[in-house]
Amino acid sequence: MKLLVCVSKTPDTTTKISFANNDTEFNTQGVQYIMNPYDEWYALVRALELKEALGGTVTTINVGPAANDTVIRKGLAIGADDAIRVDAPENCSAYYVAKQIAEQSKAGAYDIIFFGKETIDYNGAQIGAMVAEMLDIPFISYATKMELAANTATISRDIEGGQEVLEVDTPFALSAAKGLAEQRIPNMRGIMMAKRKPLNVVPPVDVTEKVSVASYALPPAKKDCHYIDAEDMDKLVELLHSEAKVI
Amino acid sequence: MVLVYTSSPEGQLKKSAFEAVTYGYKAAQIIGTEVLALTIGNVDNAGVLGQYGASKVLNAAGADSFDSGVYAAIIADVAQKVGATIIVIADDSTGKSLLGRVAVRLDAGAVSGVKSLPDTAAGFVVKKNVFSGKAIVDYNISSDKKVISIAGNTFPPEVVGSDVAVEAAGVDVPASRVRIKEVNTVKGTVPLPEAELVVSAGRGVKDPGNWGIIEELAEHLGATTACSRPVADVGWRPHHEHVGQTGVAIRPNLYIAIGISGAIQHLAGVNQSKTIVVINKDPEAPFFKAADYGIVGDLFEVVPRLNEAIKKFKAS
Repeated sequence: MKLLVCVSKTPDTTTKISFANNDTEFNTQGVQYIMNPYDEWYALVRALELKEALGGTVTTINVGPAANDTVIRKGLAIGADDAIRVDAPENCSAYYVAKQIAEQSKAGAYDIIFFGKETIDYNGAQIGAMVAEMLDIPFISYATKMELAANTATISRDIEGGQEVLEVDTPFALSAAKGLAEQRIPNMRGIMMAKRKPLNVVPPVDVTEKVSVASYALPPAKKDCHYIDAEDMDKLVELLHSEAKVI
Repeated sequence: MVLVYTSSPEGQLKKSAFEAVTYGYKAAQIIGTEVLALTIGNVDNAGVLGQYGASKVLNAAGADSFDSGVYAAIIADVAQKVGATIIVIADDSTGKSLLGRVAVRLDAGAVSGVKSLPDTAAGFVVKKNVFSGKAIVDYNISSDKKVISIAGNTFPPEVVGSDVAVEAAGVDVPASRVRIKEVNTVKGTVPLPEAELVVSAGRGVKDPGNWGIIEELAEHLGATTACSRPVADVGWRPHHEHVGQTGVAIRPNLYIAIGISGAIQHLAGVNQSKTIVVINKDPEAPFFKAADYGIVGDLFEVVPRLNEAIKKFKAS
């Protein structure tokens, strides 16, 4: 079983957001980076569990600059066998990243390609579907459970107000949501071994960008909380009706 | 031409479909064209989409169960056939599986979760919330064809016309590679991502047996119930009610948070709500910083009082 896990680098959830260069760039000064939680906690760990149960290999792939190697090494420390980094600039579009992953996947002939459900920075949730289309394989988004028997996976996925259960044969791609696996913390042995595992850096293929960031802005400032006396819920209802106009 | 794909879970068009057609109609007006709606599978009363501005509804029969590969092929083929340059999809569980596929098939630029109409003054610019609502990006799509998914509860459906005819889309339906075995959805309530009013509670409720007052409040308001992560993790409430970064992200008109402290991961899933009410006995709870209205008090006293006040309001 050959498994590929796409891992992205994102600013930590608690990052203070600011911009540079006349609000056309995200200000990376002092930003703490982590592996995108959906990629790390759910996608990577479920792939490792499958490998442990069925044998095979887990490869991670990242598209970005050398600064991403820290995050890639963490994936190796958690248990991936090897890693690919497509050497690309920071902040390429989803399409650019998908094209690189699809190119590398063709050479690897993977049975399952794992993605996180979205990255916590740009919240795009596009790359999995793009790669699946480029490779002409099924794509299952928001998987919360996946079991594999022979070449058939049974997957539960989140839909509006509930869950859907489906079957799909390998090869396919999925995006991982909470529930697919439990987070693993790398141990010292894993961290030491990660240093010796292969991290193959490959050049990108050319892509013409179709989408670009014109500018960034902060959301309008929230006005201060209006405190209401806990005894006076008539007042709250009145404000929700006449001021907020939501009931 | 603007083409809007409207999803129809279990054969029913939902609010997200009407929102998408309303958006498509307005976008079509901006660029001076008309909007077509596309439905896939067996759909009840699809002609109603005309009321929201569709000049025609196309239906591709024979693909009743969802497979993103099949649906994307149909949408892209129809888009080619009618010469659509803008394709609009709702940013729901279906849209998230489709957007990237349709974009690749059409060699189009794609932006998901769009929250503004296109600004065509300099290119084709749409706004999207990023960093879980902590920033907004203006994206410029430079390709000839554009595929966008629109954020839910952002473009209220507007009736501008009347029912229109439904015609066969006349495109091939490829064989599905996905076999749907079960669909388990909660009946009788509005699913959280579509809900306009949400009542949510957390650990402060102390025991699953105490949820009655929360459900009562939701019932009086006609709201959908939700919960924080710890409460779903210990099994007090079902997993699909968990709102927050790792659960469902929502943007209702009203979010009432009861006994939830407001951790940053919870806020990331709810901070796009239009109005937030926080009820907590701890005046230092971080959630108050994100609240429009705050009540410091014991929820077991405040919520029943609020229930009475709402009953009185509804009766008047």
